[in-house]
Amino acid sequence: MRIDLEPRRVRSRVLEIAAPVGALLVSILLGGVVIALLGKSPVEAFQVYFVDPLLESWSLQELAVKACPLVLIAVGLSFCFRANLWNIGAEGQFIIGGLAGACLGIATHDGAMQETFGGWWILPAMLLLGVIGGAAYGLIPAILRAWLGASEILTSLMLVYVAELGLDYLVRGPLRDPHGFNFPQSVTFDDVARLPFLMEGERLHAGVLIALAVVAIAAFVFARSLFGFEIRLVGEAPRAARFAGFSEKRLTLVAFAISGGLAGLAGICEVAGQIGQLQPAISGGYGFTAIIVAFLGRLRPLGILIAGLVLALTYIGGETAQVAMKLPQDMTRAYQGILLMCVLGADAVTRYRIHLRIGG
Amino acid sequence: MNDDGATGTEQTTGKAPLVSVRGIVKRFGDFVANDHVDLDIYAHEAHALIGENGAGKSTLVKMLYGLLEPSEGTISIDGEPVLLANPDAARSRGIGMVFQHFSLFDNLTVAENIALALPKSRDLSDLREQVLGFSRRYGLTLEPDREVWTLSAGERQRIEIARCLLQDPRLVVLDEPTSVLTPREVETLFVTLDKLKAEGRALLYISHKLDEVKRLCERATILRRGKVVGVCDPRAESARSLAALMVGASIAEIKPNGNRAPGPERFIVDRLSIVSPDPHGVDLEDISFSVRGGEILGVAGVAGNGQSEFFDALSGETPADRADAIRIDGASVGVDGVDARRARGAAFTPEERNGHAAAPDFSLSDNAVLSLHALGDVARRGLIQFDRARLAAARVIERFDVRAAGPQAAARDLSGGNLQKFVVGREILRDPKVLVVNQPTWGVDALASAAIRQALVDLAGSGAAVIVISQDLDELFEICDRIAVIHEGRLSKPRAARDITREDIGMLMAGATAGSADSHAH
Repeated sequence: MRIDLEPRRVRSRVLEIAAPVGALLVSILLGGVVIALLGKSPVEAFQVYFVDPLLESWSLQELAVKACPLVLIAVGLSFCFRANLWNIGAEGQFIIGGLAGACLGIATHDGAMQETFGGWWILPAMLLLGVIGGAAYGLIPAILRAWLGASEILTSLMLVYVAELGLDYLVRGPLRDPHGFNFPQSVTFDDVARLPFLMEGERLHAGVLIALAVVAIAAFVFARSLFGFEIRLVGEAPRAARFAGFSEKRLTLVAFAISGGLAGLAGICEVAGQIGQLQPAISGGYGFTAIIVAFLGRLRPLGILIAGLVLALTYIGGETAQVAMKLPQDMTRAYQGILLMCVLGADAVTRYRIHLRIGG
Repeated sequence: MNDDGATGTEQTTGKAPLVSVRGIVKRFGDFVANDHVDLDIYAHEAHALIGENGAGKSTLVKMLYGLLEPSEGTISIDGEPVLLANPDAARSRGIGMVFQHFSLFDNLTVAENIALALPKSRDLSDLREQVLGFSRRYGLTLEPDREVWTLSAGERQRIEIARCLLQDPRLVVLDEPTSVLTPREVETLFVTLDKLKAEGRALLYISHKLDEVKRLCERATILRRGKVVGVCDPRAESARSLAALMVGASIAEIKPNGNRAPGPERFIVDRLSIVSPDPHGVDLEDISFSVRGGEILGVAGVAGNGQSEFFDALSGETPADRADAIRIDGASVGVDGVDARRARGAAFTPEERNGHAAAPDFSLSDNAVLSLHALGDVARRGLIQFDRARLAAARVIERFDVRAAGPQAAARDLSGGNLQKFVVGREILRDPKVLVVNQPTWGVDALASAAIRQALVDLAGSGAAVIVISQDLDELFEICDRIAVIHEGRLSKPRAARDITREDIGMLMAGATAGSADSHAH
């Protein structure tokens, strides 16, 4: 049997939207098969994963809170991916951003540095430090690629482990709360160093608004600006981009800085929003899941917003499934992997017409 | 004329065809690349398949060689219908092919490259002897132990031909075999092809170079838009009448622009040397020349002698290390990038339309932004002005008769000729002071080629300095005032087109120094 891929002369717009939706449905079917093989009911699992979280106010809020870092990171990644730069290290940039911002939160603990000017400046400064930290960390693979030709896929991925172990050391060592009964965690931040909640007594914090603003700005940049044009052009036809006078080195640096900066922002939003202190693990794999979000959202800001909510659903559903159905947490990660493969497969369908030939 | 030609040849042959194609149709989606094509090829015959780019020649031969499957129709060999599922099947039926693009391993020797193409079962002990045998029999000079990277394009092609002959084919298909050869190498090739024909093999010769077809072939099948529009004896036709059959219309002659008094030197290159950033690229060595306003300088040369490096150096995609190595209207721009040079009034059109001059998936409007954004016409303060970009694209479409659905059409949906008109027109409508264009009509149909050449002549007439890099000598003689030759990264001294002969240029293309070409000319 032979499989022929024939490039489509015209790309169908319907298919462009139908492909990720189709991929989602196929991945749910495949996930159901896996769950059935584990001896559980796929129907019940579907209910727990995809329906229940949408029915209650607290879980809807949780959905937005989980989607917030995914969307922030994925929008940043789309700048790299659309320029054919493969930043796989958002997880590390997330951690370094969170860490950089948290240092200020720890330093201002219990009213320190707040006597003269008050505490209003702390949160904005923390967010800024988060962006700078993530961007600086993202620039390392960019510089290695631009000047030494090192594969950014490998360097950015390896730097994730450096960041994880660095954070682990700091939380167990220099940044540990001296009165914390030797638990590996920092002091909790003062309220002025926390992202405010949008409603009293609820879970929704201001990071969600930041994520929405970033989506809007990114959509504008891609649609209207020369910089967005440059990114699209470099990804589409690098030689034409050089002919247009765009510098590949400069773009590599800028795209990684944006991507790292947004991952860092997501990191500090998570630390200053959800968690409120530094812990050995602050991410839970957001940086990797965001890669799926970016592709499921077709590397477009609005699509990423929707895809971020879908993936957040699997996180929340996965937590419930652990309790309600005794499904392993790894089921969620496995499902996310299945989803990514389906999305990439669907991409091939939008680009090529597929013919199966028996014999020949 | 067509009917006469067809009946005439059938009377002379009078025997059964070796390969017969009947009612072949090949569809790609909605597009019909071959529409009920009939073709008969006889032994002892050199049969030409001529037509413009996109007429369906390559599709047809790919089906003959088992690379594509026909949607309809039959292929018969010796009167027996055959199914050619893959190239192996075609080869075992006696069909061999010499491709336009070589598939050779640079770091292996000639003999090793030939051995690689043979079936695994074949005994290789006598391979060297056999290769040397070909050399003697067909004038296919080959040194079995040379490494391929040291060989010229003509020598590489001989490897491909030898590979093909080792299968002892009865029909040899040659796809545009002369496109990378010097005039002298073409003559050598024709000697070989004549011998193959004399042995009783059939040749299917695909070309759009009509002079070659007249020299080599007894019969020609002309394709236009996937259909056979005529079968004739090319020796009885003129190149003009064949061209008219190919394009279905007569082609306008280029009108020289009367008022072309040379103006001031607008573009000066002074001792330019650049080491290619690509390890397999060609280094430019000590290139100096100047072009005046109102003048067209042609740069001839065989492909792969540094043309693209030369273009990149002039455009600023690869800047020089000295500012005064390149001067535009007196301003030193050698270390500047492409946008700075555009801002000085220069414009550039690279050879490759898809992916260099234009981004295939972008609209024409976006492709106008591609080269115009640095001039402030279509972008301001970092934002693209889409209405102005659309307007710029619409102007090019209108003035250069680009057949496209409008400024929103994607570049990939245009035919080669139309996209080429667009990317050349985009630069010319800027009213540049200097234009550098690489292969302005490569793979472009005759009507579009004529329009592009006329536009270049008119641009020079308006006082611009124009540099045309081309492998098409006819084109250069048609429009250029002076011609220089690039060989292995060095440029010969430009000479007036009316004082230089094709033989001189051929010698320079093959690497003779300017001095020896002069002595040859006198």
